[in-house]
Amino acid sequence: MNIIIVGCGKVGEALAEQLNEEGNNLTVVDTDHNKVDNIVNKYDVMGVVGNGATHAVQQEADIKNADLLVAVTGSDELNLLCCIIARKAGNCKVIARVRNPQYSSEAVYLKRELGLAMVINPELDAAAEIARIVRFPSALKIDTFARGKVELLKFRLPENSPLAGCAVKQISAKFHSDVLVCTIERDDEAYIPNGDFVFREKDVISMIATPQNAHHFFRKIHYVANSIKSLMIVGGGEITHYLCKMLERDNIDVTVVEKKKQRCAELAERFHDYTIIHGDAVDQDILLEEGVATADAFAALTNLDEENIFLSLFARNSGNAKLITKVNRIDFNSVIKELDLDTIIYPKNITSERIVRYVRAMGNSIGSNIETLYHIIKGKVEAAEFYIRENSAIVGKTLSELKFHDNVLIATIMRDGKAIIPRGSDTIELGDTVIAVSGHLALHDITDILED
Amino acid sequence: MNYKMTGYVIGLLLMFQSLFMVIPALTAIVYRESEVWIFLCVAIGCLVIGKLLTLRKPENKSLFAREGFVIVAICWIVLSLTGALPFYISGAIPRFIDALFESVSGFTTTGASVVPLIEELPKCMLMWRSFTHWIGGMGVLVFIMAFLPISGAQNMHIMKAESPGPSVSKLVPHVRTTALWLYGIYFCLTLIEFILLLFGDMSVFESLNTAFATAGTGGFGIRNDSINSFSAYIQIVVTVFMLLFSLNFTSYFLMLKGKLKDALTSEIKVFLFVVATAIAVISINTRAQYDSVGDAVRHASFSVASLVSTTGFATVDFNLWPELSRTILVLVMFMGACAGSTGGGIKVSRLMIFFKNAGNELHRMLHPKQVRCISMDSRPVEPSVVRTVSVYMVCYIGIFAVSSLILSLQNVDAITNFTAITATLNNIGPGLESVGPTSNYLFFSDLSKSVLIFDMLAGRLELFPMLLLFHPSTWKK
Repeated sequence: MNIIIVGCGKVGEALAEQLNEEGNNLTVVDTDHNKVDNIVNKYDVMGVVGNGATHAVQQEADIKNADLLVAVTGSDELNLLCCIIARKAGNCKVIARVRNPQYSSEAVYLKRELGLAMVINPELDAAAEIARIVRFPSALKIDTFARGKVELLKFRLPENSPLAGCAVKQISAKFHSDVLVCTIERDDEAYIPNGDFVFREKDVISMIATPQNAHHFFRKIHYVANSIKSLMIVGGGEITHYLCKMLERDNIDVTVVEKKKQRCAELAERFHDYTIIHGDAVDQDILLEEGVATADAFAALTNLDEENIFLSLFARNSGNAKLITKVNRIDFNSVIKELDLDTIIYPKNITSERIVRYVRAMGNSIGSNIETLYHIIKGKVEAAEFYIRENSAIVGKTLSELKFHDNVLIATIMRDGKAIIPRGSDTIELGDTVIAVSGHLALHDITDILED
Repeated sequence: MNYKMTGYVIGLLLMFQSLFMVIPALTAIVYRESEVWIFLCVAIGCLVIGKLLTLRKPENKSLFAREGFVIVAICWIVLSLTGALPFYISGAIPRFIDALFESVSGFTTTGASVVPLIEELPKCMLMWRSFTHWIGGMGVLVFIMAFLPISGAQNMHIMKAESPGPSVSKLVPHVRTTALWLYGIYFCLTLIEFILLLFGDMSVFESLNTAFATAGTGGFGIRNDSINSFSAYIQIVVTVFMLLFSLNFTSYFLMLKGKLKDALTSEIKVFLFVVATAIAVISINTRAQYDSVGDAVRHASFSVASLVSTTGFATVDFNLWPELSRTILVLVMFMGACAGSTGGGIKVSRLMIFFKNAGNELHRMLHPKQVRCISMDSRPVEPSVVRTVSVYMVCYIGIFAVSSLILSLQNVDAITNFTAITATLNNIGPGLESVGPTSNYLFFSDLSKSVLIFDMLAGRLELFPMLLLFHPSTWKK
């Protein structure tokens, strides 16, 4: 596919890396010569220097033959203008990053009237992810399939868990739970386990289950699944705003610590029930005074990565809260992981993953194709949701009859609104939605999981 | 330095080198020449070593700017060394340094020869000489990249180091497709020339050789008098194609895409203007030496095209022309072809940037606070590009000065020395006086030849890769 990316910031770069790996023809556009050079030197893409919202530059980027334009510059207005011009100049789908809540609240209107395929708000997406975690704190990460009916949960096996020492095939007998273990990360290695794989303490397990089954399973393995009653948020930016809105109906006691008085006033006006504290969270007394030691969850959402990391480390030392840390820069990913900070939210990764998911789905408009795609382990394992639209080699046979690639797992079959954790005797039928986990990347069609 | 990856790419190169040698081997079979074994043996040797080097693909495939420069420089040296073997082993060129000179001259598309009697060489050797031009013209690593992915994304550093011109841009998003396009255009233009030459009084063998040598803007002839003894038709065809191959290949791509307006860049306009002016002045200046105006114009245009495109073919001994014409020829030698062509020289766009920058600086002396930018085709030229161009000119002068000092040790006249370096550093071939179009480079001492070999490689790779080979921080851990 021919794709134009306007804006070579972090999101643009993450997109260029991902989409290039999947064999798309990319052209990146930015006004800053250095940023374009940086990407062109790292990835096999073409660079155009100039304002992506001008017709001339878009023509130079060959907008006529483009299938998709993604506008991810720092400016909402520029992104939208970019998309409007691209719609007129070429015949392509357009995606805009729009962060200003005033605009993004009109996403539906924008999509309809300006012909945008997608309006992405990284802060909104990040807030949604945090909200999911606050509602279900046991997991490091939760993704949903089949409109929330099935969840992909990632959690770290605690010490002294009854699950440690068990083999995968013993799960249903020992714990009477219907869950499917997809991947296990151990010492930087990722495994797609077979039945004989034995769990160890500190393994990071990704599994697929319905929310009820997951709950049941966690109770059985004595995994602390305390629901969160109090949440402390540091930083009153857009993510906090969205998050507060999302959690309004949940019965959670929210405290927000924000440095700017003006912003505090805005938040206090909008959210009457929450405690809005005006103060600098770097001052440890304020945090202690407001109960960081007793909070169930602690979210560091300021604009400074370093501050967020330090705040989370402080919260870990002074209490027992579930930690959520927002980090903007992706570069030090591996180092941050070692700090053991529960959940790290990378808004930029969330944005680029959503776009990659869209591109994948776009590339497969025929046959049974990808509805949703998640990276379980970045760059190593991914889970894809397919809707079975037409007959293929895979339909109608029991799973034990089909010959799958190594490293591929059929995780769930959704039929008539019910989730089936498949066994060898199950079949895939027309109209099913199938979730497949794959260790070799880039599934494009459900038939890709079969051995050739 | 990623040594493993460097070794891997050299292995790939050797395997391709063995593939290239199939062409002269086939020629030898067609003309029943005994040298076929030499080519096959060298090819098999290259193949085996190449295979050994590429047995294990390195895990760390990252190539940075440093690796890009080093790989390109070393690959070209290896290419020249292995390319010299057939000349040496067969005894066609008895001394190794001479064989290496011939091989380097071929791959760098210089066309300076050390063979006194060209017609006595076996046909397969002639074919090998011409074919090295064709490979060297567009770049051997670009050729490899068109067919094999070397390291996924970071090929751009290699492409930048091998392609001529102050700044390199891609035609299409992927390096590989860009390389395929470039070679596609190159191949088609060569094919058209080959067919047009067949219509003249050339045999298939002669047409093929001449087409290869023109396409790479190389200039190895198949006769001692170069193109002189062929018909006027052939000379005109070669003139036109020498000029065509010295235009920026990006422009051909844009033309194919229907963007005629973008294709006619200011660089091409300047290039054509300079060529036309030079032809006009030389025609008038040499009018008295020829029977008709037509002849004078034909020879003037051929010589100008030959030297400005850095090919180095000759129809007349321009060494015997009046001083004005000789000087103009030497000057266009320095200018050379357009960036992104197969020609050598300093390149038109580089000179344009250089002079625009000089003009700006002069302005600034009068108006110290004035802000001025350099632009080409109404887009700004990045300061980093301007800086690199200035550095290029300094290095160019530096190499030139050191080379002429060393060459002067041999006590040859200054014009010969000066034009020999001009002709090798700009990848042209013939110079003036003792290295004029009717003479050759055999008389130079081994030391001088080594210097000229370095100059040819440095000129083809646009100085920096060869210079960086000698930079200490290139080899630091």
